[in-house]
Amino acid sequence: MGTIVVGMADLKVAKAPDILTTLGLGSCIGITLYAPAKKVGGMAHIMLPTYKGFEGQNIAKFADSAIIELVNQIARLGAPRASLVAKIAGGAHMFGRSQNNDMLKIGERNAAASLAILKQLGIPIKANDTGGTHGRTIELHVETGALKIRTVGAGEKFI
Amino acid sequence: MTDTSDNNLTKHLDVFKEIGNIGAGNAASALAGLLNKRISMTVPDAAVVPFNTIVDMMQGPETLVAGVLVDVSGELHGFNLLVLEMKDALAMISQALGKPVSEVASPGFELSELQRDTLMEIVNIIVGSFLSAISSFTGLSVVPSVPNLSIDMLGAIISIATIQYGQVGDTVLFLKTQFNDLEGEISGHFFLIPDYNSYKILINSLGLEG
Repeated sequence: MGTIVVGMADLKVAKAPDILTTLGLGSCIGITLYAPAKKVGGMAHIMLPTYKGFEGQNIAKFADSAIIELVNQIARLGAPRASLVAKIAGGAHMFGRSQNNDMLKIGERNAAASLAILKQLGIPIKANDTGGTHGRTIELHVETGALKIRTVGAGEKFI
Repeated sequence: MTDTSDNNLTKHLDVFKEIGNIGAGNAASALAGLLNKRISMTVPDAAVVPFNTIVDMMQGPETLVAGVLVDVSGELHGFNLLVLEMKDALAMISQALGKPVSEVASPGFELSELQRDTLMEIVNIIVGSFLSAISSFTGLSVVPSVPNLSIDMLGAIISIATIQYGQVGDTVLFLKTQFNDLEGEISGHFFLIPDYNSYKILINSLGLEG
């Protein structure tokens, strides 16, 4: 069993019994797609909502382009889009009291964009742990599809 | 959209280093006044580094840090983010309060109200003097907001910087400054995060081509 680290603006796929992890999500979102029958899955660490206007850049950085790429890569491992379920986490507002800057609300926009594209692709959202003002480290256990979330102040849980 | 491309950041690295130098010098004098001791500082490192390298340079994405964010408005818009490792934050608090670190540090990451206020005040002074140096250097008026403190994982804290820079490339500009006193050293990491237009204004104010 190996642990595969997904960096910022990065995406990876894996088969059971591997674990996919991304560390220290703030306003970014960790998007995981999982095929329960095939026990294969993927994880993306996105930073911005949409690829539109940023053509030519790293597709793993944007919610929409990263999800589409994950779906394609998982399909190549033998699990079609219709067999996938999604779990997402992150999208925090790290400096909660700061108000006068739209850029700080990027976490909310990232979460909304991720949910919208998943819905559009017909991928059921099994769990959604977004928002709040704290960072998260996540682990997708590809054997079971469980997503472990670790925080500094709010403990640890599986969703 | 290409104003702050990775290439342009690298091209103007020396300018940012100089801005960092002036800002940090001014901040060190302010800090010396506050702590009532001699503070020297190293010439800051300015670097343009890939997202995934920055967190490793600072001990990994899950390291507990104190991040203080100041919104900047006026003729420049953006943020100034100061990231302190907890040991440095606690050292600053202990010096400002005149108590040994052992009396300041709590087992977890919780700071008391007084400790938070003290840290905010220190940062207010550092960031304020940093910005006022940039303001006199460039002739642009810069207005800082009240600082916001967040104590959390490094990766989560600096996502503010990486996301802003992420709109134009895969690298981020950061300045590392070390403040030294007789008892040891305190490191601080500054992220200067101008928005696109402000980046151009900043470069142009120095008579350079964006």
